[in-house]
Amino acid sequence: MTSSNVGIVIVSHSKDVARGAAEMVRQMVGPEVPLAHCGGDPGGGLGTSVESIMAAIAEAWSDKGVAVLVDLGGAETNSEMAVELLPAAQRDRVVICNAPIVEGAVMAATESSAGSSLGAVRSTAEELYAGSMVR
Amino acid sequence: MNAEDIRLLIDTLAERVIAASDELTALDQAIGDGDHGINMKRGFEAVRVEGPAMAASGLPAALHKLGMTLVMKVGGASGPLYGTLFMALAKAMPPDPDRAAVAGALSSAIAAVKARGKSDVGQKTLLDVLEPVQRALADGADAQGLRAAAREAANATIPLKATRGRASFLGERSVGHMDPGARSSEIMVGAILDALEQRT
Repeated sequence: MTSSNVGIVIVSHSKDVARGAAEMVRQMVGPEVPLAHCGGDPGGGLGTSVESIMAAIAEAWSDKGVAVLVDLGGAETNSEMAVELLPAAQRDRVVICNAPIVEGAVMAATESSAGSSLGAVRSTAEELYAGSMVR
Repeated sequence: MNAEDIRLLIDTLAERVIAASDELTALDQAIGDGDHGINMKRGFEAVRVEGPAMAASGLPAALHKLGMTLVMKVGGASGPLYGTLFMALAKAMPPDPDRAAVAGALSSAIAAVKARGKSDVGQKTLLDVLEPVQRALADGADAQGLRAAAREAANATIPLKATRGRASFLGERSVGHMDPGARSSEIMVGAILDALEQRT
């Protein structure tokens, strides 16, 4: 089954941060948006895992695409690697947003719940950095 | 390159990186998040387990599998960076490479790592070792010359200010410490040269 809304994936170095951010999205946006999260390296410590990111993308998969929110550098690099390892048909429908992880995930999910395109979801999240809220 | 030599190459690489785990972690504690040694150890422990199967598949496929294992097991940004290095080497490497082929493959692998990390030489990363080593290789340096090039290049990251990766958060405070990725690259270059010299 695939949702008619863009999926959201939250990738943090910390399992707790990822889970907490996902909880906020669920409570604030509701169940209409496919949502998955992952955190922690392959050994269970702080970090990220390409394998877990690929699994989270699969879990939140939507034919409209998936927007990925990341925290620090390694999460971005590992997410880019995970996207490249996806089947070609999926690769072009996953974007990594340049946005703060918690606010970005909430904004992206809100936009997604309105049935918006992947591009619109991404711009809404990324406007957070363009505006005065962060940086 | 036959399976036995590939096996020696993989085992030596894994053994040296695992043995340097504490040193790499100490370097990373100074300017990063302190997990480089732990991450690389986890990655190369997995490589060691899969070593025999990798070695049996020929040099290009072995390099690809090594890279993929690092991508999946390392965890930090060094996973995709070193993973990309080995997977890009695999793409350009013939089964029995001569010096020119290795230099060419390393050159394209370095370009792939630059793209993966959105980084370039001079930013206090593994690239600051890989590129001088590639140049020395292309210029005909012998094993001692290559070891010296790697050593000098790793040392030369000490005064650099990091502008990529976690160390960049520290700005000026990253100056005065060797980059952990530069050091792990130096260790790998040494391991590869030792393995090639031990070949029967």
